[in-house]
Amino acid sequence: MNRNKNAFTNGLRDGIPIALGYFAVAFSLGIVAKKAGLNPFQGFLSSLLNHASAGEYAEFTVIIANAPYAEMAFVILVTNIRYMLMSCALSQKFHTDTSLIHRFFVGFGITDEIFGISIGRTGTLNPYYTYGAMAIALPGWSLGTAIGIVAGNILPPSIVSALSVALYGMFIAIIIPAAKANHIVGGVIITSFLVSFAVSKITLFDHMSDSMKISILTVIIAGFAAALFPVKDNEQHTAEDSNKEAS
Amino acid sequence: MTHNIYLYIFVAAAVSCLIRTLPLTLIRGKIENPFIRSFLYYVPYVTLAVMTFPAIITAPQVPIAGILALTAGVIAAWKGLNMMGIAALCCIVVFVCETAVKM
Repeated sequence: MNRNKNAFTNGLRDGIPIALGYFAVAFSLGIVAKKAGLNPFQGFLSSLLNHASAGEYAEFTVIIANAPYAEMAFVILVTNIRYMLMSCALSQKFHTDTSLIHRFFVGFGITDEIFGISIGRTGTLNPYYTYGAMAIALPGWSLGTAIGIVAGNILPPSIVSALSVALYGMFIAIIIPAAKANHIVGGVIITSFLVSFAVSKITLFDHMSDSMKISILTVIIAGFAAALFPVKDNEQHTAEDSNKEAS
Repeated sequence: MTHNIYLYIFVAAAVSCLIRTLPLTLIRGKIENPFIRSFLYYVPYVTLAVMTFPAIITAPQVPIAGILALTAGVIAAWKGLNMMGIAALCCIVVFVCETAVKM
């Protein structure tokens, strides 16, 4: 019981910078939501249930276009497909005894950032850690959207700009210690940087959504890495242990 | 034909929820296949790396601010600074850099 409480507190603590970053980003999402005709409550509800930046942006464009419900389902499937990969990865992070209810609610809470800090935990994942992060990050995201609808962009651009890199800072905190501990992981991360940069420069991929690019690159690069450098079980622990400091 | 906003939100939420929860609830045990195990081991690192770069450079108003934030963040992470510290450092670097550029 105490361990769960501890995990929840840790999740809450790690969720604070995520919530701050979300709040700022959700503001701009609120402006789009307003264009789509959502009132603050609808914006809040949409963000609480969907909590995905690219996904919700796409959602609002579908509403603006007054498109069929089936199109909404398809667009959300495509923009959020990366969460399916994250969900697969998290399934291996749980103790095999973890109940279906916990699996469902942790799955529901997956966002890029919440996934990032959850997968970065040492050893198996205690669901309460993820719940702690969700408890602060999701209201931050939802309130940000609602207030964005009401107030528009009241934060000065310099603050929004500074806060926009907070999330990337957190990703760096997860991948760099792992790269330091395991050179293959380091090589895979550098390769990912380079390929991602190259793809962003190739105009051929311009019409593809960022989310789609992320999913495709992940499948290809992680696939190559798995084929070339199969992981032995003891290696998994070295990289995970290195995240102890970061988390 | 006009559509109901609540129904739109519900459809989007239902699809998002299924995408997120199906693999976690269906894959209950340890996967034994070494390729899939290795693949899933690399997935988070690749995803996070691809999401970080080059987005960290295009997110701020001035690209150089993003480059400096990335550099500072990587060095701080290598030295073992904690997650919140690295996130704060990146924000401060961008704010200071953009303020300096505008002067």
